[in-house]
Amino acid sequence: MPQISPFIIFFASIITSNMILSNFLGMCSYLSVSSEYKTATGLGMAVTLVLVMTTVINWVVYKFVILPLEIEYLQYIIFIMVIAALVQILEMGMDRYMPDLHAKLGIFLPLITVNCAILGVTLFMVIRSYGFSQSLMFSLGSGLGWWLAINMLAAIREKLKNAKLPPGISGPALSFIITGIMAMAFIGFSGIFTIQ
Amino acid sequence: MADKPMAIAKTQLFTENQVLRQVLGICSSLAVTNSMNNSLVMGLGLSFVTALSSLTLSAMRNIIPHRVRMLVQTLVIAVYVIFVDLFLQAFLPEISKQLGPYVGLIITNCIIMGRAEAYAQKNPPIPAMFDGLFAGLGYTGVLLIVALIREVLGFGTIFGINVNLIGFQTWTIMIMPPAAFFIIGSLIWVLSARAQKKAAGGAK
Repeated sequence: MPQISPFIIFFASIITSNMILSNFLGMCSYLSVSSEYKTATGLGMAVTLVLVMTTVINWVVYKFVILPLEIEYLQYIIFIMVIAALVQILEMGMDRYMPDLHAKLGIFLPLITVNCAILGVTLFMVIRSYGFSQSLMFSLGSGLGWWLAINMLAAIREKLKNAKLPPGISGPALSFIITGIMAMAFIGFSGIFTIQ
Repeated sequence: MADKPMAIAKTQLFTENQVLRQVLGICSSLAVTNSMNNSLVMGLGLSFVTALSSLTLSAMRNIIPHRVRMLVQTLVIAVYVIFVDLFLQAFLPEISKQLGPYVGLIITNCIIMGRAEAYAQKNPPIPAMFDGLFAGLGYTGVLLIVALIREVLGFGTIFGINVNLIGFQTWTIMIMPPAAFFIIGSLIWVLSARAQKKAAGGAK
């Protein structure tokens, strides 16, 4: 277990090792659900919630099931099952007990099962052998960082809605180039925290 | 509608390229393209998984209950990804370490799921396998193009062999994340501008 303070991991995963801007995870939903600020906020919230819960559960499963049984080669299957099951349970529970929140976040939940940021954070946690508090702060930071990035992109895209653009750039190409510029700006933070 | 392998190859490699036209499978195509070696290995790994999972899912398409379809698809894909992961760990440990979590992330690569849903569901196994294979090769091709630009300008090498004979000052930005966004963004831009022009020309 590397001796890095969980708080450093938390801030680093938001700013210097942002899930989207430096690890390229969760791009599919990032590109397709970023045309409106409000929906982007909903998705960001849902991703953060699911990310923290799955990472904590996967940490427990890895530590107390996979390692003692020495079935590391099955870890992908186990992790993906945990994620799919948790999302399903979360959706049913939300529908039953928190209908307001479900109306807001419900449509995003199925999208999240195939969001690679979720599985990616779990795999990073395993590869870097984080402890419990480190994993918790890492997943929280990654979720918030993802949320920040999608909100920034959505805000910029809303401003650009009425702008005159060269032919063919509107759509994914524009999002890529905006994200590239954002990633360049975030390079300015590099060196403040290092975790990789 | 069982298509000919050649027709599938043309659609998947050029006209409907998964990365540049459908904008799927972006995560890994951004992350691994700072070196040609990694891109080639990643592309071939993905082609293997897409081809075999399309084959398997198409062969099982009549016995999978519709409601648990997604779950079965994910499990089949995960099994083939485990093959690839173990193979890389055994024979190419260096590259396996560099690719890190991105090998496991092949499971959530939208291309595979996309081909399984869009093609393997409705077609017999052999065409489905070709469809998956060529979708994977189309992805590999894009990865290699992007990696070529990034590696030559960023390190001055191709497949790790030095080609920087004139003392060109290499651009560090090319191997950093922003360049990946810029290059793929520009490629998509060029292609969709061309497609728009073609569509406009056809309408006249």
